[in-house]
Amino acid sequence: MTRHEILVGASGLPAATEDPIETYKVNFGPQHPAAHGVLRLVLELDGEVVERVDPHIGLLHRGTEKLVEYKTYLQALPYLDRLDYCSPMSMEHSFVLAIEKLLGLAVPPRAQWLRVLWAELMRLSNHLLNTATHAMDVGALTPILWMFAERERIYDFSERVSGARMHAAWFRPGGVHQDMPDGLADEIRALAERLPKLLDDVEELVAENRIFKQRNVDIGVISARDALAWGFSGPCLRASGLAWDLRKAQPYETYGEVDFDVPVGTKGDCYDRFMVRLHEMRQSVRIIRQCLDRLEGMQGWPVLADDPRVTPPRRAEMKRSMEALIRHFKLYTEGFHVPAGEVYVATESPKGEFGVHLVADGTNRPYRCHFRATGMAHLQAMEFLCRGHMLADVPAILGSLDIVFGEVDR
Amino acid sequence: MAHWPTHASLHGLSARVVARLGDAVIDVGEAAGELSVRIVREAVADALRTLRDAPDLEFEQLMDMSGVDYPERAERFEVNYHLLSLRHNWRLRVKVSTDEETPVPTVTGVFPVAGWYEREVFDLYGVLFAGHPDLRRILTDYGFEGHPLRKDFPLSGLYELRYSETEKRIVREPVQLRQDYRDFDFLSPWEGLLPGDEKASP
Repeated sequence: MTRHEILVGASGLPAATEDPIETYKVNFGPQHPAAHGVLRLVLELDGEVVERVDPHIGLLHRGTEKLVEYKTYLQALPYLDRLDYCSPMSMEHSFVLAIEKLLGLAVPPRAQWLRVLWAELMRLSNHLLNTATHAMDVGALTPILWMFAERERIYDFSERVSGARMHAAWFRPGGVHQDMPDGLADEIRALAERLPKLLDDVEELVAENRIFKQRNVDIGVISARDALAWGFSGPCLRASGLAWDLRKAQPYETYGEVDFDVPVGTKGDCYDRFMVRLHEMRQSVRIIRQCLDRLEGMQGWPVLADDPRVTPPRRAEMKRSMEALIRHFKLYTEGFHVPAGEVYVATESPKGEFGVHLVADGTNRPYRCHFRATGMAHLQAMEFLCRGHMLADVPAILGSLDIVFGEVDR
Repeated sequence: MAHWPTHASLHGLSARVVARLGDAVIDVGEAAGELSVRIVREAVADALRTLRDAPDLEFEQLMDMSGVDYPERAERFEVNYHLLSLRHNWRLRVKVSTDEETPVPTVTGVFPVAGWYEREVFDLYGVLFAGHPDLRRILTDYGFEGHPLRKDFPLSGLYELRYSETEKRIVREPVQLRQDYRDFDFLSPWEGLLPGDEKASP
């Protein structure tokens, strides 16, 4: 009997019972160019419609939280760079703030402005990556070519300031490791002058593009209420219409003194999330200009707190003073002791709220250090966002959530 | 002025929390500008629902959940819920404690985001969550044994995987270290004994 005969019957009338429709199970990843890393999605498909999504994460789990418990606070710092490797300094930021909060350590003003400057450069670098790859996932190949060129400049800056392109370890408890080299401020300013033109070009290219809108508008919609329930933060939450930004709501460093706007979306679809990031980059450029202006008036100011407990002595001092040499040796072997206590410090990383829950027991090592990974909450909502969408929408939704597995898997 | 993130003043919050949660509260403590509430384990789901829905609290978001292991305590695990109120700009930490066997009631019915957070705490600490719809491991490998963030779990792990050239497949063997893991004791026995030792002062 042929399939046609089963369905319509020999008489030509539809048969009383229909075949049960079987769903397909498809493995998406862990090695898939659109998976943005090592994500394994087990998709249940009815034809091309997604019925169920089960993300399997942990393929990049390195046990960072365990390793940090066995390191001094200063040795633990570079592990943070390896969480969200697209915005390494933003990861360090929460961690050093948590340590400083427990120590009650003040940070010199120039160091605070430098941290804000670099946190915004990280935001630029992260959003340049995400908007470019998101556009590429839905078929627009040009933005990635333009934007990666500028992103590369930010890596060059990072190398000049810290010696490493990605894993900077530049934010330190008490300030930043070293001041920026001469001339770097001018180059950052030149970048800040160039970028708005690039962003305009990208926006012109994709914002009204028919294909781009078909792939993104009304795809993966999440209401503000659901976004709250699913633990969204950062651009993903703002795309749903909530103007919640930790830089404004709970200002840290010198964010209270800079002037910037918080872009919000209206619908909470992939298109809004893309546009919120694009507009955030313009605001970052504004903040960077203000930082550079303020830093100009602070030439030669200290960038590291002068606290013998926490920060190393100056190198020149070490050449002459035995005590300074001992202090340096003690600091890099034993490290500093952080008073017992418990803090949760969260900053607005490019992806959203990146929190550090630090439990100190008074020794030189963290008793427990939990990282609140932004992407974990977003990725968990994949099932909520994808159900009922087509298979081809999955990469678009995934791209719009800005997932980096270094952070999700820790 | 403090340069770390500061939310709205917590003045009056602890009284409101105690008034709303009533008997479920074991103690309330404020340290480093953060409010922690330790509550009865069985009441956690209802307490979080109250904290979310009460109009004078409105903790709309469960930002984070983390476990902590204190092996010397009778109930060795502590589960922390970090709540955020966007309307009032507050943060609140809710703590419950448990041991290896006693499950904590799930809060997935209150905050769906807790689904993965609870899976993570289960995976890393072995804390059980009663009523969780899908309590699987999440971060560790398929077929992993043990709970790695417990203090008695070795840093180097129990097994290692390597590709065996002779057997032409991945083999799993117990970890053998050529050299013991070097763990220095930095707590000086002289601390607090020497006169004029500035570290002795608390």
